[in-house]
Amino acid sequence: MKWPAIGYVRARSLDDLWEAQRTHGAAAQVLAGGQTLLATLAFRLSEPGVLVDITRIPELRGVALRDGVLRIGALTRHAELGRDPLIARHAPLIAAAVPYIAHPAIRNRGTIGGSLAYADPAAELPACAVALDATLHLLSARGERRVKAEGFFTGLLSTLLEPGEIIAAVELPPASPAQRSAILEVSRRSGDYAMAGIAAVLELDAAGQVASPRLTFFGVGDRPVLATRANAALAGRVLDAAAIAAAAEALEGDLDPPADLHGPPEMKRHLARVLLRRALAQFLPAREKAA
Amino acid sequence: MNEITPASIGLSREDLPNSYIGRSVPRPNAAKLVQGRATYTDDVVLPRMLHAAFLRSPHAHARILSIETAGALATPGVVRVFTGRDIAAVCDPWVAVLDHLKGMKSAPQYPLPLERATWQGEPVVAVVAESRAAAEDGVAALRVEWEPLPAQTDMETALAPGAVVIHPELGDNLVFTRTAAAGDVEAAFAKAHKVVEATFVTARHTGVTLEPRSIIADYNRADGTLTVHHSTQAPHMMQGVFAKHLRLREADVRVICKDVGGSFGIKVHVYPDEVAVAAIARIMGRPIKFVADRFESFQSDIHARDHRIKARIAVDANGRILGFDVDDLTGIGPYSVYPRTSAIEGNQVVNLCGGPYDFQHYRCTTRVVLQNKTPTCQYRAVGHPIATAVTEGLVDMAAEALGMDPIAFRRLNLIRDDAYPRSSPSGMRFEGLSHHASLDKLLEMVPVERIRADQSAQRARGVYRGLGFASFIELTNPSPFMYGIGGARISAQDGATVRMDPDGSVVVASGVTEQGQGTEAILAQIVAHGVGVPVERVKVVTGDTQNTPYGGGTWACRGAGIGGEAALQSALALRAQILEVAGAMLQARPETLDVAMGEVVDRASGTPRLSLAELGRIVYFRGDTLPKDLARELVQTRHFITKEYPFAFTNGIQACWAEVDVETGMVKVLEHWCVEDCGRVINPLLVDEQVRGGIVQGLGGALYEHCVYDAEGNLLTTTMADYLVPMSAEMPDIHVGHVETPTRESLLGAKGAGEAGTAGAPAALMNAINDALRPFGARVTEQPFTPARILRALGRI
Ligand SMILES: Cc1cc2nc3c(=O)[nH]c(=O)nc-3n(C[C@H](O)[C@H](O)[C@H](O)COP(=O)(O)OP(=O)(O)OC[C@H]3O[C@@H](n4cnc5c(N)ncnc54)[C@H](O)[C@@H]3O)c2cc1C
Repeated sequence: MKWPAIGYVRARSLDDLWEAQRTHGAAAQVLAGGQTLLATLAFRLSEPGVLVDITRIPELRGVALRDGVLRIGALTRHAELGRDPLIARHAPLIAAAVPYIAHPAIRNRGTIGGSLAYADPAAELPACAVALDATLHLLSARGERRVKAEGFFTGLLSTLLEPGEIIAAVELPPASPAQRSAILEVSRRSGDYAMAGIAAVLELDAAGQVASPRLTFFGVGDRPVLATRANAALAGRVLDAAAIAAAAEALEGDLDPPADLHGPPEMKRHLARVLLRRALAQFLPAREKAA
Repeated sequence: MNEITPASIGLSREDLPNSYIGRSVPRPNAAKLVQGRATYTDDVVLPRMLHAAFLRSPHAHARILSIETAGALATPGVVRVFTGRDIAAVCDPWVAVLDHLKGMKSAPQYPLPLERATWQGEPVVAVVAESRAAAEDGVAALRVEWEPLPAQTDMETALAPGAVVIHPELGDNLVFTRTAAAGDVEAAFAKAHKVVEATFVTARHTGVTLEPRSIIADYNRADGTLTVHHSTQAPHMMQGVFAKHLRLREADVRVICKDVGGSFGIKVHVYPDEVAVAAIARIMGRPIKFVADRFESFQSDIHARDHRIKARIAVDANGRILGFDVDDLTGIGPYSVYPRTSAIEGNQVVNLCGGPYDFQHYRCTTRVVLQNKTPTCQYRAVGHPIATAVTEGLVDMAAEALGMDPIAFRRLNLIRDDAYPRSSPSGMRFEGLSHHASLDKLLEMVPVERIRADQSAQRARGVYRGLGFASFIELTNPSPFMYGIGGARISAQDGATVRMDPDGSVVVASGVTEQGQGTEAILAQIVAHGVGVPVERVKVVTGDTQNTPYGGGTWACRGAGIGGEAALQSALALRAQILEVAGAMLQARPETLDVAMGEVVDRASGTPRLSLAELGRIVYFRGDTLPKDLARELVQTRHFITKEYPFAFTNGIQACWAEVDVETGMVKVLEHWCVEDCGRVINPLLVDEQVRGGIVQGLGGALYEHCVYDAEGNLLTTTMADYLVPMSAEMPDIHVGHVETPTRESLLGAKGAGEAGTAGAPAALMNAINDALRPFGARVTEQPFTPARILRALGRI
């Protein structure tokens, strides 16, 4: 299908953006990497009056570590996430997630802000944001606010974003030396959205004891699912086969997956358990793994 | 002159000059395609051209109560709106049946339906506008009032009492049924040592051509001609169809088909939206363009392979196959597709099951039923992957039941290589096949011992790998027995005209067509070889009904075998004529001369005597210097049709090595092999790529591709994110080997190669998966082999 006729405005500053929103009201829609939005336009699923291109707004760019906070600008492309040295060092989970996101051409254009705003429940970055306990920095003509990623996703493709509000940046506590993280997923083909995935973050002390576990699942609900019960089953325990089994069992109560084209809810539950076991096994000390 | 034999013209002899047949000559059109200089139908822009878009039925089955066009007509850029009745005023409906498919029935189909829509995606109203975008705006402004009707979607209930009869005038939903029987199945199975049975399901697929269906129809009122630029496999067939249904003379219709971005059988059928476009052009007297978008391609390109097959095999205590007993059911949508019909696929299953094997007792029934889903029809390797999956699935199960190695079991039961000619229990006639030679060759390529050792070592580590085999036969080079005898104007013969121009260059015009598979490359090779010129001196013309000899086009693997032979014969005729003229000019007997690399040479010594350019100069500009009665016909046309066998069967065998993650149900294909026998290989590079591409399509169907419907007949897989095609990251290294058993029906000896890969790959993969799952006693027979199905077979969900 062909796009409906649409207007286009390029914002070069935040003021340009607020101005465009004032002029066009609800007809204005923010355009970032376009990797989701442009496809939906071609299906005529949405018919915005005007696309406001935010990719030239300097305040939304860049990755920086300041005052103990890793700040990732909303316009950071997936490919940039994958090669940024600060991210590799302070949020290795995000770097590890990048190869799972779509294909190189899409990763060269898609942005972290667009991915979080779109809130696909099977997408990797929203789950990473929850697992890393990120804070989202939101801006609008009315001012700014900060919300936790955990509460930001409110349902299928829906978020706390108010009309006219944008994501300016993702803010993360830098990974501590004790942090372990892993991302795993099962998808039909490489680059496809996950049938089920896990973004696992926890801290392990010298004795192998788990602290602050944040196992977060994607592709198994209407939003990223922080596995509260499984996390509780792990917290304070020494990570070993029994702890992993306990977490896998507790996971039952965390998930209520929908059926999709790939299979029934039982399949997603099963895959989530498998992924949980595989992700946690990566954190086991070498001698346990061999056993 | 001496008798012409394959040896006398140096087939497969690479040491001869301009010996192109059998060599990996790069495609002459590759640079053009890669540089974006091809001319696809959408690249053609005509003066005064308008664009069509269609409102398609949102329901699987619904009555059209009213169509309100005012909003569309008021939309900027919209020129006109057409309903079914408007089109029917100039276009007659069609009924897709073939006389030789006894008892077959189908309902009349209009380009746009008059009263009822019968599948979701059926074109119902056409909007014509200055641009495609404006036409879509117009479609969005149409108001159609529907009365949704109960939909018949499940083929299992199509014939049950209480089924929705989709076309009441037909009485029921049974389009066609046929049983082939040989020997005494009941008795053979009763006394068999072992009988094993299974139910196989092959999923609905579609072809997903890179270039979607595209057409521009241009009716010229000044001279009463209709010119159609069309992305099609069969220009002459379409010429006949447009003429017949638009009430024009065939001679007044010209179909032009330049570059085509893939077909796979999708573009050999008559589509109602395309005929509507031609009818609109006829009414408006303006060129009308329609290019299907991906969304409508999924809903309206033909689907295929929607079969459920219950089958059993009987074997004796020595491991010999006694017989096959097969019950096939297939749902084809609401209409049989014109003009090839949607009964052929089921018919092929009946023809092909058990094909590679030596056995006596056979029974196979197909029932072809209607349903409210997208119509199905012939798609690459029509019926072959289905028959092969059934046959090879059962063969592996029988081997397992007997405790025999699957290779040994095949060795014992494959038809012997010296047993030809012979007929199969289903009545297929084989001129010459090479199952054992192909198996030998395959075993040279597949390191079976190393693989088996790795398999057990990996199992010990909890990694499950499996090796699967699949022998197959493939029907190619069809004679009129395929369609012509059924009354369809689908040509089984093909022609080629080869001419030499004054500069000594050669042009061949052929009735077979280029779909991106390399037809033009092999035609150039054959003609260069046949005439005796460097291949770059040959230009190829295809895809124009006004400028090529009448022919069938591209389908059922006939381009090389039929079109190639016509080209070879006309090239040889041109060479003979050149030698006659040269003989007169050089005062030598023609048989003492030859043509090599664009020069007339002395046959014995190879010494150049006369360039073709000089010969051309004399013939075309100084004909006065030649003897008065000397023929100088430097244009030669020959036609070819097979006469001895209804089809030239080919054969081959594939092997697949795959790993199953038994916790996630994911399958990874590690390596794949194919040995096939397409007779004379004209261009090994092209044949190998055809086989590889076919294997990828076969693996795609077995692992990913599936047109999924809900119970109401809504198609759920309408984007490339939902209908999963295989991508390079998922595909293994594919090794291709050849055995050559040329057909004796032609000098060239070529049979088809385009479908072999697709025919065998799903079965080989299925057997590999089941070999991997063997320690668990699990088995999958329902394609695609998704993680959900594998996990279910393993009892994990
Ligand atoms: C074939 C394909 C496969 C894909 N596979 C995956 C995958 O496996 N995993 C995955 O995670 N993603 C996948 N994607 C999506 C891809 O990651 C997108 O880039 C991403 O989801 C959206 O980012 P974008 O910058 O392109 O956003 P856009 O397409 O520009 O915008 C998306 C939405 O977000 C809004 N928006 C954008 N930026 C902001 C902002 N800063 N603040 C507020 N609202 C904003 C837009 O208005 C729009 O509604 C795939 C995409 C394609 C085309």
